[in-house]
Amino acid sequence: MANSKITVESLNLHYGENHALKNVNMEIADHAITAFIGPSGCGKSTFLRCLNRMNDLVDGCRVEGKVILDGEDIYDKRVDTTLLRKKVGMVFQQPNPFPMSIYDNIAYGPRLHGIKNKKELDEIVERSLLGAAIFEEVKDRLHKSALGLSGGQQQRLCIARALAVSPEVLLMDEPTSALDPISTLKIEELMESLKKKYTVVIVTHNMQQAARVSDDTAFFLVGEVIEKNATSEIFARPQDKRTEDYITGRFG
Amino acid sequence: MSPRVLFEQDLETLKNKVSEMGEHAEISYDRMVYGIRENKEDILKTLLDTDHTMVDMQRSIEAMCLSLLTRQQPVARDMRLVSAALKVVTDIERIGDHVADMVELYLRMGNMNSEGKQEKLLLKMMEEAKDMIHNSVEAFVEGDEANAQKVVEHDDVVDDLFNDMKKEMMQAIREQNLDADRVVDYLMMAKYLEKVGDHAVNIAQWAIFRMTGDMEGVKLY
Repeated sequence: MANSKITVESLNLHYGENHALKNVNMEIADHAITAFIGPSGCGKSTFLRCLNRMNDLVDGCRVEGKVILDGEDIYDKRVDTTLLRKKVGMVFQQPNPFPMSIYDNIAYGPRLHGIKNKKELDEIVERSLLGAAIFEEVKDRLHKSALGLSGGQQQRLCIARALAVSPEVLLMDEPTSALDPISTLKIEELMESLKKKYTVVIVTHNMQQAARVSDDTAFFLVGEVIEKNATSEIFARPQDKRTEDYITGRFG
Repeated sequence: MSPRVLFEQDLETLKNKVSEMGEHAEISYDRMVYGIRENKEDILKTLLDTDHTMVDMQRSIEAMCLSLLTRQQPVARDMRLVSAALKVVTDIERIGDHVADMVELYLRMGNMNSEGKQEKLLLKMMEEAKDMIHNSVEAFVEGDEANAQKVVEHDDVVDDLFNDMKKEMMQAIREQNLDADRVVDYLMMAKYLEKVGDHAVNIAQWAIFRMTGDMEGVKLY
């Protein structure tokens, strides 16, 4: 396995009485795509949200254990979550562009982090849109509303927006489940180029998608990681019967 | 309770079809051995078009595999079964081919004096290869790795007999105690039998792949 970007140690998460993640240990490789699969309610999205402390915002949520990013525990009290989320960006299931221009959507984050210089912002906007493979489609309408874009374009805009603050890790929570097949393939192609610069983690219900895009796959079941391995191993010869039953559709 | 009942039925059908094709190859082979041993030309002649039936069965299994790959996109053990089935039918079909080849050869050269040393060696080869056909297909269909491994190992017996046969033929040439065309025909027949053993080994190796994902110790994924 390549160098790990994130090391998760003995992570337990409770939502009130509900023990939603049970002693999860995991290495997430740098410059690779790691996919989380598993049935609804298995904890994969909850786990993804632990990687940039999005669960802090949930009432009654308690996290124990360590998530070590570049040698530092992100659950350490001294960690500034705004800076953490700049470093660990996120893309959601529903494209959620801000109701403003394409340009302002991308410039929003950098401005928040104090960049005012127009030339510098122009460069960030162009670089981010290029990075998300959408620049050519929107370059002539940068100052028009982002809400006029198609769903697939909106999602790539959201990826561009995440890239604008120069993250190192990109978390994607079912980023294509609201998209048509062609837009889905464009995002998948894009992911392949993103992993050259970023560490990508994706939650997906589409197992073929996990098989197509990811380098490593982890299978979750009722809050536990049952198996994590190279994607080719998981889909050709899983070690655990529960993994095999799930990916072959035998799961009751 | 699996939600993929129909898919599982299809996979059972696929295994049954491979089993049937293997049985067809085995029966043809057995009849060939009987026909040669007992010099029954009428039986042997019925085997000449064995290959057509085998090709039809092969195509039908291939079509089913490709349809399953296209429509069901199998993974893990299902992917290994379907892809391995796609490969083994070629080997089963080749066995059928070689049966037809040997029958043709025999019908051309005529009665083998089954008391002769070389003839006994050929018949021994036939017997040794016979179980390999049965066991390899059975190991594949049942997913029996241990039995598949036995088939792979048994191939040495057939290979050794083939080497003995070559030596015998060289001896016969030196001593001129067999017709030249008979020497050639016997050698050809021995080579076909050796190939039958090889195809059975291939089937057994695909049986191992079906269970492990490995082919001769190499991961195929």
